[in-house]
Amino acid sequence: MNFHLKIWRQAEGKGRGGFQDVDARDIPSEASFLEMLDIVNDRLSEGGDEPVAFDHDCREGICGSCSLTINGVPQGPGRGTACQLYMRKFSDGDTIYIEPFRVGAFPVIKDLVINRSAFDRVIAAGGYISERCGNAQDANDTPIPKTVADYAMDAAACIGCGACAAACPNGSAMLFVSAKIGHLGLLPQGKPEANRRVRRMVAKMDAEGFGNCSNYYECEAVCPAGVPAAFIAKMNRDYALASVRNAVEATA
Amino acid sequence: MSTITLDPKIPSGPLADKWANFKAASKLVSPGNKRRYELIVVGTGLSGGSAAAVFGEQGYNVKCFCYQDSPRRAHSIAAQGGINAAKNYQNDGDSVDRLFMDTIKGGDFRSRESNVYRLAQVSTHIIDQCVAQGVPFAREYGGMLANRSFGGAQVSRTFYARGQTGQQLLLGVYSELSHQISAGTVKMNPRHEMLDLVIVDGQAKGIITRNMVTGEIEAHAADAVILASGGYGNAFFLSTNAMGCNVTATYRAYRRGALFANPCFTQIHPTCIPVSGEYQSKLTLMSESLRNDGRIWVPKRKEDCGKKVADIPEDDRDYFLERKYPSYGNLAPRDISSRSAKEVCDEGRGVGPGGLGVYMDFADAIKRLGESTIRERYGNLFEMYKNITGENAYETPMRIYPAVHYTMGGLWVDYELQSNVPGLFVIGEANFSDHGANRLGASALMQGLADGYFVLPYTIGNYLAPVRGTCPDVNRPEFKQAVEEVKERVNRLLSIKGTRTVDSFHKEIGKLLWDECGMARSKEGLEMAIKKFDQIREEFWSNVCVLGDGDELNASLEKAGRVADFIEFGQLMCEDALDRNESCGGHFRVEYQTLEGEALRNDDDYFYVSAWKYTGEGNKPELIKEPLQYEGVKLATRSYK
Repeated sequence: MNFHLKIWRQAEGKGRGGFQDVDARDIPSEASFLEMLDIVNDRLSEGGDEPVAFDHDCREGICGSCSLTINGVPQGPGRGTACQLYMRKFSDGDTIYIEPFRVGAFPVIKDLVINRSAFDRVIAAGGYISERCGNAQDANDTPIPKTVADYAMDAAACIGCGACAAACPNGSAMLFVSAKIGHLGLLPQGKPEANRRVRRMVAKMDAEGFGNCSNYYECEAVCPAGVPAAFIAKMNRDYALASVRNAVEATA
Repeated sequence: MSTITLDPKIPSGPLADKWANFKAASKLVSPGNKRRYELIVVGTGLSGGSAAAVFGEQGYNVKCFCYQDSPRRAHSIAAQGGINAAKNYQNDGDSVDRLFMDTIKGGDFRSRESNVYRLAQVSTHIIDQCVAQGVPFAREYGGMLANRSFGGAQVSRTFYARGQTGQQLLLGVYSELSHQISAGTVKMNPRHEMLDLVIVDGQAKGIITRNMVTGEIEAHAADAVILASGGYGNAFFLSTNAMGCNVTATYRAYRRGALFANPCFTQIHPTCIPVSGEYQSKLTLMSESLRNDGRIWVPKRKEDCGKKVADIPEDDRDYFLERKYPSYGNLAPRDISSRSAKEVCDEGRGVGPGGLGVYMDFADAIKRLGESTIRERYGNLFEMYKNITGENAYETPMRIYPAVHYTMGGLWVDYELQSNVPGLFVIGEANFSDHGANRLGASALMQGLADGYFVLPYTIGNYLAPVRGTCPDVNRPEFKQAVEEVKERVNRLLSIKGTRTVDSFHKEIGKLLWDECGMARSKEGLEMAIKKFDQIREEFWSNVCVLGDGDELNASLEKAGRVADFIEFGQLMCEDALDRNESCGGHFRVEYQTLEGEALRNDDDYFYVSAWKYTGEGNKPELIKEPLQYEGVKLATRSYK
């Protein structure tokens, strides 16, 4: 198959960047999108051009390294990450735009590589259960209903790629943040810290420059892990309650 | 003549008491003194991430490094099926002893008995710990934890979280680590790659890293260095490892004197999606858990291979694992299942393009349990399969073929997980100790978390307690010299400006290793490969093309350094495979097999760990043996019939 690529190139930490036209010829239809980029990069190298920098690692759709916006859609068309997108999904002769995720809180490092450490800092603000390793009680001492465990798993499935924020017109990270708050808050082990967690993580999310949710649900539409946007509503509820409790306790 | 005698430091007492005896006698570092220590942890997978988190929690100062942009992306995340633990929640006769025996037998009697016993003992705590930190394991309707079976076991001891167990365990570790990062005890350095180990007065006291964004070469000093940098499966180019997985951290430590143990023990996983073309960059695993319900077969006759599945009647199908190993059936261990698949394909009975594939068929299970049950159990795997191959496995059997998946070999460590270089500890897949010549499914996650959460935090005290206050200054000559050497190597790679891409070299050694040091190995093939590696090394260093600069993000430069190490390391793998004149586990030498084609072990001559010492670039490494001693286990021919 043959494609016309318009690939975002941006020098490290400087310049505004722009699209480079690259022809990708004789690409096997069974190749994945990233394998197509490998082929393009090999040819660029052979011609003495520097290859396109892009983040990738497991290529199984689970590590969350992929950060490509393909034809305007974060992680490209269809469910799943860019590494799970296969060229047979495109038509011969297509023009394909490849850009990094566009989020203010994720600055471009080089070409298609971005800095998503803001996500790590939001998790560090409270996305954990404080417990000491060593002598936890027996795992079956606290039964957890299957439905609760399954719902927590729906949220825990988040791969932390950031497509949600990239798809949101507001650059909001609320699907990502609510997934962690939902996952931990649903489980009995996560309840003692639930109020503190939601307040701290939301505050950090705001401080990192992510926008607010105004119910576009673009995040849910692109989420490769299928995290439901219902968790955002749950987070808003948790946050409101936690804030009220905090205010009452503070004045008590 | 050997210059080193290896002391595995196995504690005294009966097998079941060794760990308790060790802990009772081990040295402690007092809470007030812990903050005077600096520790370096390289890698943030299950073992490194958990170790760094626990050390932080205990009050040590930890510097943690990973090459990914976030510690949450380490390759443990891709493990699908589950984690073993001897909980016996299913009341099916499981116990610490049974998990221990299964693991020893699964490893074909080439692992260290005392380490494996300890692994089985701490396995139960791991599940408790993970549940406490919020890992959403699968549960039954009564709220209790669910289990499933994995290969090489006749009990259900595998805990899981859909087909994403590794992800959930790693995210649990990552949350603990994040907690410590916010507490200031762990300083996280993502997008950093370790390029050398620094030895001061014979002890490991630091590392040299390259900042992968700025290109800066940095020196870091510590009281001890912990390598948790994973396995070397990517030596084969095509594997189920993530693209960035590499041998550099452990190989650089090897060059600095650490011994590399059993490098030829590599695991070829039986159930991966077959290779589809030259352009392919990696292989995708289909979880072993699928073998609980999938039946593996090929046509009995070659002529039927091209036919549609529906046109091959039941009587003309050969369910070869069920036929050869009736008591374990489709859940025979990985090495045996892989070899059997290769065998039927070599006979010309393989299916799919190129004849390199066998069927994994769910028709019976769907008939028995209904499609919705199968969907619930493996939905994400079926979806993944469809995405990659375009085929619907609910209607037509999956096609699978073995692929490189895991490496049992690694840096040599003693019972304390310390290498022969004092101060250098090695955990997780990066060490060699627990899986012998073959790893059982769902045991890698178990070992990673055991090492990081429950073993190393106890064993490191014996080294740390007496060395308080010895963390060297990074301005010492040892650090400066190591920085210079790393810079020189980077510049050398950039200055060659040859005509071949880094990947072309990687593909070349990958094919060489797959052909000669893969599922079947022979003396002639290995000798040929060892010679060939000399030529490849020479060509690499005169003709590789690395574009761009050293002081910026440069993926081809990173890859060039890793491939250069894989070239040297591949040769070491072949040396090891050539030395071991027996077949055991994943190491199958065609000269040593039974009449039925099973691996023929030689306990009289090869009941030892092969630990290799670096003797200079291009020189034959020196073999140092750690004789194995079994107290609780009687050696037997492994049978799954």
